[in-house]
Amino acid sequence: MQKHNIKIDEVDEVKIKRSGIDLDEAGRIGSFVVSNNHVTHVSMRQEGVEMIPIQDALAKYPEYRDKLWTLVDKDKDEYTKDAYADTQSGYFIRIKAGVKAFMPFQACFFVKQDRFKQKVHNLIIMEDNSSLHIINGCAAASYLAEGSHIGVTEMFVGKNAHLMYTMIHDWAKNVEVRPRSAIRVDEGGTYISNYIALRDTKITQMYPSAELAGTGAVAKFNTLVLAPEGSVYDLGAKVMLNAEGTRAEVLNRSISDGGTVIARGKLEGNSPKIFAHLECDGLMLKDKGLISAIPELETRFSDVNMSHEAAIGKIDEEQILYLMSRGIPKADAVSAIVSGFMDVKIFGLPPALEEEIKKSLKSLESGGL
Amino acid sequence: MLEINDLCVEIHGKPVLKSINITIPDGETHILFGPNGSGKTSLLMTIMGYPQYMVTKGSIRYNSRELTLLPMDERSQAGIGMFFQRPPSIKGIKLSEMTELIRSKSGVNIDTPVAVKSLHLEDLMDRDINSGFSGGEIKRSELLQLFAQKPGFLMLDEPESGVDIENMKLIGGKIRTLLERDLEKSQRSKSALIITHTGYIMDYVDADAGYTLLDGMIKCRHDAGTLFEDIKKHGFRECGECKNTI
Repeated sequence: MQKHNIKIDEVDEVKIKRSGIDLDEAGRIGSFVVSNNHVTHVSMRQEGVEMIPIQDALAKYPEYRDKLWTLVDKDKDEYTKDAYADTQSGYFIRIKAGVKAFMPFQACFFVKQDRFKQKVHNLIIMEDNSSLHIINGCAAASYLAEGSHIGVTEMFVGKNAHLMYTMIHDWAKNVEVRPRSAIRVDEGGTYISNYIALRDTKITQMYPSAELAGTGAVAKFNTLVLAPEGSVYDLGAKVMLNAEGTRAEVLNRSISDGGTVIARGKLEGNSPKIFAHLECDGLMLKDKGLISAIPELETRFSDVNMSHEAAIGKIDEEQILYLMSRGIPKADAVSAIVSGFMDVKIFGLPPALEEEIKKSLKSLESGGL
Repeated sequence: MLEINDLCVEIHGKPVLKSINITIPDGETHILFGPNGSGKTSLLMTIMGYPQYMVTKGSIRYNSRELTLLPMDERSQAGIGMFFQRPPSIKGIKLSEMTELIRSKSGVNIDTPVAVKSLHLEDLMDRDINSGFSGGEIKRSELLQLFAQKPGFLMLDEPESGVDIENMKLIGGKIRTLLERDLEKSQRSKSALIITHTGYIMDYVDADAGYTLLDGMIKCRHDAGTLFEDIKKHGFRECGECKNTI
């Protein structure tokens, strides 16, 4: 067997790879791996980026203690309280002013032990004019009967800094997942979230909130989710547009293959001269499961541009027939339309990662979707 | 050869085509005239196999093969093709992907880049199919797909609608190529049935015969040019009284 940079049990390889983690760290500036509550791998090759386990960081930089729990309310709900009372691990990453990382950094959170409750806290500090892409691959062992993951992530995006935060989930049937993320974006900064989940979960529930605090700050939340039978995905994002010239976009693509997807989105125009758009497309593959789109727009100002579009239903029969009239059998037509619906190109991911996700989608299709 | 015998069709229980008899030999192009709502598009959709068109009686045979019970993709693979007037747009399927998908099923050996260039489609290949396409762009995209499919019998639903003069020249010429109209009559194998209101397409494709369809019935079969001139002069009312009724 080939030895990888990141050491894991061979039996877990497929799940971890599917969550976007490169075990040889090819195309990555560094990695952080947590298995249950053990930090098993920490590496960083990019100068100007410091990445260490959160406990080490708080010991080294006591001043960052004050940053913790400023964006996420520790009393938000029972899960957050639980993570506050008993934080096991997580990463601290700080990218210095003006540093632009040339490749993504990857973090892997893996739940391996049965009935394990993983609780993590991550702190991300993007200093002014810095740029970074973080790929979070979160997965559970396929042999897991039960488990849970609560992840608190607080992100500070400085002036004109650019953070892309991609999260790929590959949990399992009886795993409960509750990320609790919050982001603050300063003047001219950009935060882009990409969330992709295509497989089983018991429930994955999250509602990250982003505060656009400075003029011209931007936040985008892209979500692509496929809910198999028995899965519940309750997803959404809230963006508070608190300064002039800020922009927010929330783009949801949801597919129910018998499972439940709740696609929420709330945009608060708390300042004049803001732009906010919310888009929600849902595809029901069978007469089972549920898609619920809940878009909310709110403002007290007249000089704002806020809109939303939502469309849910089954695949348009006319589209299938059009393809069939060109000699494409029905099953192939449906699969082409579904993969078109799930086109990850809209996310603007690095090509290698996009390829991996496409491959993952292909394997889903051949699995009889 | 396409042979339609005593074809009766209903939509939601309402008869739209009544005892249609048409024969189109290989190599021939026939034109279908008729006022709006007379059933022209219904006839094309029925031949293609659109499920809402219920065949209650009669047969449609192509190269001696009965089509009425075949699903659309099998009809297409048997050689039936359609040039749509208003095809649906599909989010996430690019024109390039569609062309490749068609080619992979038809096995047609098409030099895609050359075809794309000659149809001026370079800028549309990476766009979602038909999404925001102009009238002329839709027609050129349809043509590219049909060149990748190479049907033996092609149905064209108002190929000139929404097309400006410049595009018409290109589109008319390409349809002519697709139907092998530049070959000697004896060399042609492609056949076609065209719906036209304006008759412009006839400047590019010299038709072998024409029909008028009135109220779901074929009223007349004639030389296409003469028929069109008559319709222009007298309208469709005269067709009802025409002695050439078949």
